[in-house]
Amino acid sequence: MLSISNLQASIGDKEILRGLNLEVNPGEVHAIMGPNGAGKSTLASVLAGREDYEVTGGSVTFDGKDLLEMAPEERAAEGIFLAFQYPVEIPGVSTTNFLKTAMNEIRKYRGQDTLDAVQFLKLMKEKMKLVNIDQSLLSRSLNEGFSGGEKKRNEIFQMAMLEPKLAILDETDSGLDIDALRIVADGVNKLRSPERATIVVTHYQRLLDYIVPDFVHVLYKGRIVKSGPKELALELEEKGYDWIKAEAI
Amino acid sequence: MTPSYASYNEFKEQLLAAFRDNEERMNGERKSPLHQTRRAALKQFDQLGFPTIRHEEWKYSNVNGLLKQSFELDETTTLTIDDLAPLEIPNLDGNIIYFVNGRYHAELSRLVSPVDQVQIMSFADAVKADPDLIDTHFARYADYQDNAFTALNTALANDGIVIRVPANTTVEQPIILRFITDTRAKNITSQPRNLVVVGKNAEVMMAESYRTLGEGTSFVNVVTEIILERDARMQYYKVQNETEKAYHIGTTQVHQADNSHFYSATVTLNGNFVRNNLNIVLNGQQAEAFMYGLYMPNGRQHVDNHTLVDHAMPNSYSNELYKGILDDNSTGVFNGKIFVRPDAQKTNAYQSCKNVVLSSGATMNTKPQLEIFADDVKCSHGTTTGQLNDEALFYMRSRGIPKDEARTLLLYAFSQDVLSQIKIQPIREYLEKVVTQKLTK
Repeated sequence: MLSISNLQASIGDKEILRGLNLEVNPGEVHAIMGPNGAGKSTLASVLAGREDYEVTGGSVTFDGKDLLEMAPEERAAEGIFLAFQYPVEIPGVSTTNFLKTAMNEIRKYRGQDTLDAVQFLKLMKEKMKLVNIDQSLLSRSLNEGFSGGEKKRNEIFQMAMLEPKLAILDETDSGLDIDALRIVADGVNKLRSPERATIVVTHYQRLLDYIVPDFVHVLYKGRIVKSGPKELALELEEKGYDWIKAEAI
Repeated sequence: MTPSYASYNEFKEQLLAAFRDNEERMNGERKSPLHQTRRAALKQFDQLGFPTIRHEEWKYSNVNGLLKQSFELDETTTLTIDDLAPLEIPNLDGNIIYFVNGRYHAELSRLVSPVDQVQIMSFADAVKADPDLIDTHFARYADYQDNAFTALNTALANDGIVIRVPANTTVEQPIILRFITDTRAKNITSQPRNLVVVGKNAEVMMAESYRTLGEGTSFVNVVTEIILERDARMQYYKVQNETEKAYHIGTTQVHQADNSHFYSATVTLNGNFVRNNLNIVLNGQQAEAFMYGLYMPNGRQHVDNHTLVDHAMPNSYSNELYKGILDDNSTGVFNGKIFVRPDAQKTNAYQSCKNVVLSSGATMNTKPQLEIFADDVKCSHGTTTGQLNDEALFYMRSRGIPKDEARTLLLYAFSQDVLSQIKIQPIREYLEKVVTQKLTK
């Protein structure tokens, strides 16, 4: 589904990804771990199409299509979803209005009929239950004045609505207490399916107690330096990243 | 101090001649207090001359472009109702009053409110029918000593609207003043003069709309004086959507008594050079003024909003929010003055001006001025000018919303803080439509 080959990316003069390789198949959950500054968030951003990063080499294909040639909105329409580490506050635009616009733009892209208000509300009600989010939150300005937990829950709600093929969770655990973490992880788990792949980017192992990965990759200095089964996360939790750094050198 | 541009004096001479012309056509009116005021204003205009950018109040707004134009002081028009079709505001109900080239146009106008709710007269008619009302209020509030354009308007005042709302009355239907400048045959200037007196515990909604027809150059120099007696409430909207060749200078002067409430929105969508002065004197306790503004210049347009809130008595409240979206090589000015007089203890005054600059060629000048002479007050002000939030754009695009759509959605939301305040629904809907069109262009 997703095939990353020798990906290199930089911001300004700073090289961040230095030849990254990764294969993700439908139904799989991959965890990307690594110390601060390893390039974890850069990878998430490059996949979603953030323009601050310049891709200097390598390739990324998604369902056989060249992902790097696509605008962020095209990637979304192709089925990529990035849950932001810091969801952006958008004053004056309600989550409902925002999502209705997004869904219908995606449907247009795919040549599907747009949803009318009734169909949209029905779908929304269904998904609200799934991630346990309150209606009142959705009629407010998007993310404005939301608590950290509310913002993250809203991200997962958006993901539930847009039903991506590939979900990328960028440090979704940051800023969450354990209860909020559980609710968010629960939402993600409910959305797991044989067709959907998930990349979980995280610094800490604790999120992986709740979202259990099939594979764990350690990112260091812009490369994946170690991959393994879910037990690798526990090893990292116990030993820290220093032994990886030593091994990598 | 007046620089000696040839055109400068030519235009001025033309205006002075117009005054003499008007005067010659008068009979008994010449000796009236109204005309004495006009004379005093003319003298003042003659002395002041047009402001230059050395004048503190005109530092960022250069009127030389205006003074280089030539205009005819000719209000005649062949305009018919069919010509107004493109200027229509859909679903608009109420008292709709047309002025063409500054002249009240009875045939086009429609008054629906009963006279026991509101008296609406043309300025010319009011001078004859209710001279006491004119003498009591005319030019008592809008200062012509320091403002040449107000002096000019006062000197040449002979048409516009006079509205009187009796005490304890709610005017159920809004009053919409539509000022149409017909430049199809020639360049036109006009000097509309309006007076609105809202009686004790009375309530009214009013809008001024400015449009231009044709390819010619227009210059509207308008003054509206509004008096709110105690417990009166008014919604007041000023909307400009003129052509790229329209010059507009306007002053709205508001005088508020105890516990009166004034809500305003000033929306500037199009025009070559626009200067809006909104001056409010809170001359009563518990008086409240809300001022919203939205301006969206593009091309080489220039929009200048000057606001003044004068807290003259204790316990009054003012709140102001102006927002701008500037594109291309346009320029914007916001100058917000707040005076708190020594007696005006327990004043609450808030001011905010937020701008989005969409291109590197556009410029916004903001200047908040707070002069506070009382010690127990709450005042705040803030201005921001920046670009569209890239993070927000990326966030929206990452959800599948194309870039242009995301940009429009963000800017539309930005404008909604102002537009949502407009309580005359057809006007709000019309503005929302024009704003969307302008954003998607």
